[in-house]
Amino acid sequence: MTAVLEISGLRKTYRGRKGVRRALDGFDMVVEPGQVHGFLGPNGSGKTTTLRTLLGLIRPNGGRMAILGRDVPEQLPEVAGRVGAIVESPQFFGNFTAKDTLTLLADAGGIDHNRVFQVLELVGLRERAKDRVKTYSLGMKQRLAVASALLKEPALLVLDEPANGLDPGGIREMRTLMRTLSEAGMTVLLSSHILGEIQLICDSVTIISAGKRVAHGSVADVLARHESSSVKVRLEPGVDMRPAVGLLRAKGAQITVETDHFVVGNAGNPAQITRLLAEQKIFVYELAPLAADLESVFLELTGTAPVEGRNRQVDQTAMAPAGGGWGE
Amino acid sequence: MSLYAAETRRLVKRRFTRYFTLGAVVVLAAIAVAMFVTNHQIGPAQIAGAKAQAHADYQRNLDQAADFKKRCEAAKGTADAQQYPSNCDEIGTPTEDDFDAQWYLPATFDFQKKFPDLVTTLAALLSVVGFVIGASFVGAEWSSGGMANLLLWRPQRLRVLGTKLLAFLVGLAGLTVLLSAAWTGIFTLVAKYRGTSASMTTGAWKSLALTEARGLALVVVAGAVGFGLASLGRHTAMALGVAIGLVVVFQFGLGTALALAKVKFAEAYLLPLWIVAWMKQKYDVQDYNACNFSGTEGCRPDTFTITWHMAGAALAVAFVVIVGAALWTVRRRDIT
Repeated sequence: MTAVLEISGLRKTYRGRKGVRRALDGFDMVVEPGQVHGFLGPNGSGKTTTLRTLLGLIRPNGGRMAILGRDVPEQLPEVAGRVGAIVESPQFFGNFTAKDTLTLLADAGGIDHNRVFQVLELVGLRERAKDRVKTYSLGMKQRLAVASALLKEPALLVLDEPANGLDPGGIREMRTLMRTLSEAGMTVLLSSHILGEIQLICDSVTIISAGKRVAHGSVADVLARHESSSVKVRLEPGVDMRPAVGLLRAKGAQITVETDHFVVGNAGNPAQITRLLAEQKIFVYELAPLAADLESVFLELTGTAPVEGRNRQVDQTAMAPAGGGWGE
Repeated sequence: MSLYAAETRRLVKRRFTRYFTLGAVVVLAAIAVAMFVTNHQIGPAQIAGAKAQAHADYQRNLDQAADFKKRCEAAKGTADAQQYPSNCDEIGTPTEDDFDAQWYLPATFDFQKKFPDLVTTLAALLSVVGFVIGASFVGAEWSSGGMANLLLWRPQRLRVLGTKLLAFLVGLAGLTVLLSAAWTGIFTLVAKYRGTSASMTTGAWKSLALTEARGLALVVVAGAVGFGLASLGRHTAMALGVAIGLVVVFQFGLGTALALAKVKFAEAYLLPLWIVAWMKQKYDVQDYNACNFSGTEGCRPDTFTITWHMAGAALAVAFVVIVGAALWTVRRRDIT
């Protein structure tokens, strides 16, 4: 089956006074039909640049993109009617009502006005349709943005951070909506920072870091590929963790210290931990492999895990090695 | 419904458009009311009254002159003599011709003489309105992300911006035509009840229509320039900033600098004079440092005439350059 979205070797370079910055550096992505596909990456990794480039707002410097089998941006006008998108929460005119806002978009796209009421119902704004947008909360504005993307009954829905500003109930409703749309045959590309949400609703993911794809595939596959790298280490009760942490760090371990234990993030061979500590008369009380969740995989792959005593800057990533780990 | 109709609806629905237009209408209404109140119909009674007042003033001045002459004669040989001319016969006596009855008539609205200036006033006001609304119409869309949102629906940049500009200019031209018609009608009534339009021949009406047409062109260019500048800067403030900068740099800074440097025809660099030339068909810039001697008229200054053709060409260049640049950049630049 033809992929709904294909990107290969996408490049985008910005030239500024500080030199050349590669926002996208040969990025690849494939989204299969009917999937909810998560698009993850730290701030400044190139997510929004990718989406804007895909939607014709930014010109790429190289690479190939296709939506619904048509090359874009060349043939974008032909498929635009089948692509609904919100990019970085569009700000609507505060003095227009939600109904006015959507009706104007419907007019611009030649869409029947009845669809306006359908999407307002779908995102839960029916009762507030005639209120001015300036009276809306951030979450309601986000719902309106999603409604605007749904107006066209798209085959591909591209949503950039749709859960921004939503309350827990709203996030759950959004999750249900995504799932319902996907079950109805719509393909959803979802960019988000809420990794728990992505893990819950996405069939597949692409993780981007420093403008390159660092992981892709089904959520289960991505998790499986990174399952064994972290171990939780608990010492005997009452034993100071600091010498153990210092010793292991000196040997190259990536450690996250918790209240009563620490986690070695790149433990290729956990036996090394017990051996090294035992040599120093420090005895391990518990050593357990951690089941990887998307957040830990994300942090590992993008090199954005917080490091004690260091402030990570935006754009600063430590690209994880392709395979292996400390202790192997 | 087409993109054009949607853009027209968006323009009309915007509160900024409505309030700013309403403000302009209020200002125009205030001008019309002021003109109505301060002008009066001139009839036989007013003419007779003016003549009587002129005659009374003449009589009073005649008496005062005679009294003064009398006191001058009486003061001869006294200490008060220095307060009067040495020769009392030098004291002039007013004549009746010195007191023209015209001066005693109340202000009256002569349509042919006064209305052309009011057409310029209308065009100037609507140009400001067009510039600001045009800048806001596209500037607010750029700065809010609305333009990017619209381009997700219609990924045809030139078409989207061009349609938006067209919808705005057609709306602005419609408003100008409507207000010009109302303006002409109102002042026809003012002339009827507080003045005269008796001198309005077919030729005069034709000339007036051409002046109003030039006013319409001025408003459309001002609107397009505001729109174009805001689109170039992707913010309303860009257009307003350029307008303020233009006034400060060109009108005050450059004007002063050129005058200090004694540049010939320094006034020709001032933008408003080109607008006056456009509306009034010509404007003469004079250099009083030059003398062109004429046997009958003496020294006459060098003159540089800004014709409406020159001013029209300048407006056309401004329109083409700014709108062209806006369309070129929307096609080329990334929308981030």
